Amino acid sequence: MSGVWVVLEERNGRIARMSWEALAAGHALGAQVSLPVNAVLPGAQTVSMAAEIATKAVAKVVRLEHALLADYTSDAFTLALEQFIRAEQPDCVVFPHTYQVRDYVPALAARFGQVLIGDVTGIGGGPLFVRQLMQGRLNGEYRHSGDGTCFVSVQSGAFRADQAESGSATVEIFTPKIEQSQIRTKPGQPFRGSAQTVDLGSAQFIVSVGRGIKEAENLPIVQELATALGAELAASRPICDSGWLPIERQVGSSGQTVSPKLYLAVGISGAIQHLVGMKGSQCVVAINKDPDAPIFEIADYGIVGDLFDVVPALTEAVKTAKH
Amino acid sequence: MKIIVAIKQVPERDAQVHIDSTSKWIEEGDLHWALNESDAYALEEALQLKEKHGGEVVVVSAGPERVGSTIREALAKGADRAIHIDCDDLGQRDALGVARLLSEAIGTESPDLTLTGLQSDDLGYGQTGVILAELLGLPHASLILHVEKTEAGLTVKRELEEGWFQNIELPLPAVLTIQSGGNKLRYATLMGIKKAKSKEIRRVTSQDIGQVAPPVVVLERISAPQKQKSTQILGGSPKEAATALVEKLKFEARVL
Repeated sequence: MSGVWVVLEERNGRIARMSWEALAAGHALGAQVSLPVNAVLPGAQTVSMAAEIATKAVAKVVRLEHALLADYTSDAFTLALEQFIRAEQPDCVVFPHTYQVRDYVPALAARFGQVLIGDVTGIGGGPLFVRQLMQGRLNGEYRHSGDGTCFVSVQSGAFRADQAESGSATVEIFTPKIEQSQIRTKPGQPFRGSAQTVDLGSAQFIVSVGRGIKEAENLPIVQELATALGAELAASRPICDSGWLPIERQVGSSGQTVSPKLYLAVGISGAIQHLVGMKGSQCVVAINKDPDAPIFEIADYGIVGDLFDVVPALTEAVKTAKH
Repeated sequence: MKIIVAIKQVPERDAQVHIDSTSKWIEEGDLHWALNESDAYALEEALQLKEKHGGEVVVVSAGPERVGSTIREALAKGADRAIHIDCDDLGQRDALGVARLLSEAIGTESPDLTLTGLQSDDLGYGQTGVILAELLGLPHASLILHVEKTEAGLTVKRELEEGWFQNIELPLPAVLTIQSGGNKLRYATLMGIKKAKSKEIRRVTSQDIGQVAPPVVVLERISAPQKQKSTQILGGSPKEAATALVEKLKFEARVL
C-alpha cells in the first residue's frame, strides 16, 4: 500500500479550486492515518499543471497521461485510474466531489469491490468520514471496513484550499493502456444553456426564493422585497425546474456561485446543492417556517415564520429605513 | 423499447426526522413516504419515450412492504408492471449492495434502457445508477435532462456545473441517471389509478437473490449537524421581527 493519493481535476487547462480543497482534505487524512500524501493528475497534456502541483507539500506527483483523456469520458477515466490504482495500491484515494467524479468514481470503486464515500464534509478520528443525510438535516459518520483501497470525495468548500502547504515534489509519468474502441460514449463540446443576462456572481444584494413560495403567482411579494433592497432576485433549483424563474437565476452547484454582502433566503430549506452556491456570502438571513431547516445552520439572522406574513413586513421595514 | 426505471421510496420532503435509539437510523413510525424526486423525473422520461417509440416501462424498487404504495403510484402514472425487491435493511446497505440487488432483479429482463434518478433525497449517495451500469457491463451517462432516441442509440443532454451542458451519444443498451427538472411531471389519473390495480407486481425477496456481501462502507452513527454559525433568531410579530432584522443589518452586520 502506498499512502494517500489525491486525484486532481483539470478544468480548461487549469487546476480548479475544488481540486486544491481535495488536496487539503488529503493532507487532513494523511495526518490522521500517518501516511504520505501524493497527487495524480489525469489528462492529455499535464506537464505545466503537474509542475504547479509539485510546488505543494506532496511526496510525489504522477502525470496520468494519455491522448484519450483529452475530453472526459467515463470509460477512459475509469480505465486509466483502474490501472494506476492496481499498480500503486493506495490506502486511500481522495477526489473533489465534482460532477465528473460523480460520473465515474462509483464505477471505478465497484471494480475494486469498493464503495465511494462521497460528498464528505469532514474527517474525524478513526478515520470517520462525515457526510450529510436527509438533505442536510442530519450528519452520517462512515467508516471504511476491510483492507482494500478507501475511496473518498470531498464536498466543495468543506476544506480550505489555502491550507495546502508548499513543498517540492518529484514528478513521474504513468501511461495507461486505453484503446479508442473501449470508449463507448461520445461526448460533445460543452455549451451554455441560455444567454446570460444577469450576473449574480457580482451582485451585492441577493434575495433568493425557494419551494416555500408555493406558487409562481406568489413571486411578486419576493420581487417587491428585492426591489426595496436594490437586490437581484435568485432562486433555488425547484423554482427554476418549475419554470417560474429562468435557470440563469439559479444559485447552487448546478447554477451560479454567489458571494454577496447580503443573501436573504426566503422559503429555502438549504439542501447541500444550494448551500455550496451561497455559503461564501458575507451575511446570510433565512426566513423559513421550519425551525429545523438546514439553512438556519449557516444563517447569521433568522426569522422563523410564515414567509407570506414576514416578507411583506420586511419590505415595509426596509422602505421605512431607507427613507 | 423496453425501459426499466429504478425508483426509491423516501421520507416525504420537509418531514420531521428523529434519530432512533440505535443512533444508526431514523424513527420510521410516523413518517410519510413519497417517490424520490429525481426518480419521478426518471419515470416521466421513460413514459415519454414509450409514448414516442412504443415498448414497455417496468419499475423496480427495493424496500419493505410500505414501498408497495410508491410502486402503485408509478403504475398509476403509466408504468406497465413492477418488480418489488422485498428487503428491510436498505439503509444499512452501501451503494454497491443496493446496486447488486437491483442488477440481479433487472438482469433477466434484458432492458434496452435502464433509468434511475440522480440521487436519493434521504441518503443522497448518488451512485446507484453508475454502479448498476458497471455491474451490468453497460455504458452510462449521469445527470441527464433530456433523452433523444437516434438510429445508433441515444443522444442525451447532460448537465455540467455552473450553467453548462453537453450532449453525449451512446449506444443501447445503456443506463442513465436522470436529473430533476428536464420534464414536467404528470399526475396519475383516476383511470390510471383504477388500471394500476390489475397490473403485475412481481415480488422477489433479497434471499432469492442470494448472499449479501458485508458492506465495505459502514454507517456508524447519525447525528444532528452542528451549527456552523450562531444564528440570531428574531422573534415577535412579523412586523417586530422585520424591524429588528433591518436594525441588525444596518448597525450590527453593517450590510445595509
